[in-house]
Amino acid sequence: MRMITESRLKISGAIAAFILLVILPPVLPSYWLTILTQMLIFGIMAMSLDILMGYTGVPSFGHAAFFGASAYVIAILSTRYQVGFLGCISSAFLLAVAIAAIFGLLVAHAGGVYFLMITLALGMVIWGLAFRWVTMTGGDNGIAGIPRPDLGIPISLDDPISFYYLVLVVFLLVLFLLYIFIRSPFGQSLMGIRESESRMRILGYNTWLHKYLAYVVAGAFSGISGILWAYYNGFVSPMDAELTASFEAFLMVILGGPGTLVGPALGAGIMVFLKNFISAYTHRWLLIIGGIYILAILYAPGGVMELGKRLAKGGDKE
Amino acid sequence: MKKIILFSIIGALVIGLVAMPSSSLAKKKPIKIGFFAPLTGHAAQTGRDMLSGLQVFLTEQGWKGAGRKIELISEDSEAKPAVALTKVRKLVEKDQVHVVIGGLMASSGYALMPYADSKKIPAIYAIMASDDLTQRKPGKWMVRTGWASSQPSHPFGDYAYKELGYRKVATIGYDYAFGWEVIGGFQRTFEDAGGRIIQKLWAPVGTMDYGPFLGRIDKDADAVFALFFGAGALQFVKQYKDYGLKDKIPLLGGGTTTDEHVLPSMGDEAIGVMTTLHYSGAIDTPVNKKFAVAFKNFAGKIASYYGEGPYTGGRWIIEAAKAIKGDVEDREKFLKALKSLKMPDAPRGPIELDKFGNPIQNIYIRKVERVGGELQNTVVKVYPKVSQFWTYDVDWYLKQPLYSRDYPPLKK
Repeated sequence: MRMITESRLKISGAIAAFILLVILPPVLPSYWLTILTQMLIFGIMAMSLDILMGYTGVPSFGHAAFFGASAYVIAILSTRYQVGFLGCISSAFLLAVAIAAIFGLLVAHAGGVYFLMITLALGMVIWGLAFRWVTMTGGDNGIAGIPRPDLGIPISLDDPISFYYLVLVVFLLVLFLLYIFIRSPFGQSLMGIRESESRMRILGYNTWLHKYLAYVVAGAFSGISGILWAYYNGFVSPMDAELTASFEAFLMVILGGPGTLVGPALGAGIMVFLKNFISAYTHRWLLIIGGIYILAILYAPGGVMELGKRLAKGGDKE
Repeated sequence: MKKIILFSIIGALVIGLVAMPSSSLAKKKPIKIGFFAPLTGHAAQTGRDMLSGLQVFLTEQGWKGAGRKIELISEDSEAKPAVALTKVRKLVEKDQVHVVIGGLMASSGYALMPYADSKKIPAIYAIMASDDLTQRKPGKWMVRTGWASSQPSHPFGDYAYKELGYRKVATIGYDYAFGWEVIGGFQRTFEDAGGRIIQKLWAPVGTMDYGPFLGRIDKDADAVFALFFGAGALQFVKQYKDYGLKDKIPLLGGGTTTDEHVLPSMGDEAIGVMTTLHYSGAIDTPVNKKFAVAFKNFAGKIASYYGEGPYTGGRWIIEAAKAIKGDVEDREKFLKALKSLKMPDAPRGPIELDKFGNPIQNIYIRKVERVGGELQNTVVKVYPKVSQFWTYDVDWYLKQPLYSRDYPPLKK
């Protein structure tokens, strides 16, 4: 009985969210539309991090590296070399994958705190490049004036609504792909590693390779969100690849519920909303966000998703 | 199931309420000013001083100007360019402000410019100083009432050679755009006058122990030029004395090294340090004294250029609005008024804008002295009407690269 309500809850929640995301934007004022676009972009990033944090059970503190790297590729290619849309996105995506493939070699053997420390250090390397390779990245000043992409279709993406729908399509596609990914046998063995890596190894799984590939996949999808971010803002700076950015993604996953895929996306939405909404009313907004985190960790360690489930169960009993 | 539907409906309603456009515009409604600066994080104190400066001016005016009420909406930009951009979007699209003012980090300035141009919203840069904002990459809708980083350094390089008689100078500064530009400007004019920069040291932003750097300073230098700000400035000036350098090699610096923002926390180690800026708290004019008293009463601390900048920036907005009889809804007309305004009596002295939108203004060579028990930046020389291009030919100047870590290069 409980199982049925839970899956029903999930389906109806998904449908409601989908309808809201599709129908709402044309009637939203432009400011809230840009916030919604931001939520989706960070949603993609948080979901990609969930592959590592939630499904493989390794915490990454350097996830903004891929996000930042691909954003920089878009910025440099489109402003300095006038490369077209396809050239930009494929190079940006490939670079994110390449960086993940190289970094993966260094991190995949580690777990727990060690994984966290190594990813943190590697993330700082990318930030350092963005900050110090001034001739290429503009250093601290960043790169401004990235044009919105020209897809070669009659719809102009300068229009915030059409750009929003582009982001939404990418978001849904990523959600779909990641859903298939975690449902696949490969995804199942990742969860096995999360539960007990040594047992998986004894069972004959190559856990190193599993973790390595998970890291590359997570990096690739984080790169996709970086591409969208560069086009959305028209601007990149070292702050996009900073430790704080990685940390924020980390908090989004925690807040939403690791290992739920939709949860981290929801966490990203809540985080972006809180940052922009509360800070308009008080300059002490960080205090409120901090309070929310403490409450979340104390009363809903599984994040918003767990809270939702618990509410639904409570509703059953009444 | 019912509950879920109920939740979705409530959710939709909440979003709808939040999303309501705040108001449609009509004549004689308030002039809305949008302010953004870091109000949390490591630069929060600076951001608060900026906000105070603007509030002091608007309070003096009774929150009225050009026959209309003034409304101020302030937002926290966290010293991150992407956040600054999001907050300015909110100010422009949701709050429908007529003009935005603020910003601390140069990167925010670059990020904001294309947006201001696309929305045709006048953006007043009261503090953001990066050179190229009004040089190689100027924006149409940006009006800089503050300064360009290298602007005060140019006269000081000349002064250090001709009047202080230094021939060899070592430099040390923060390793990022602002540091490079302040030090680059000093190097160009000092070397053009005939002097030589013999060493350039760079410390990462946020360095708290300058011992390793101080040990490396070339003892042949006639003087050291230093560029720091905030806690780093306090620490550097103190360690410079502790390492026994103060009595051997005179210390010069960019304006922020002994800015009024940090000066009250310094001790005797700061006495005698010479710096250059477009403002000093010790400028002896009635208008600056009035401002200094008002700022102190409002914020409970001494006014620095971080307060004076937005104070004058706010006045810039109101006087431009007066010039067009309050018709700030006509954005093109408003922008034109903002760009053509002249202010003969700002606290820092007379200001007018060049055709790139950067102020032509006084530059003050200042020396730290103790007067009546308090440290102050006593003005020892005023260079009137200094342009961001100093005395150089504008076309030649713009063809040179932007000052950077390696430009101008260290001559062997």
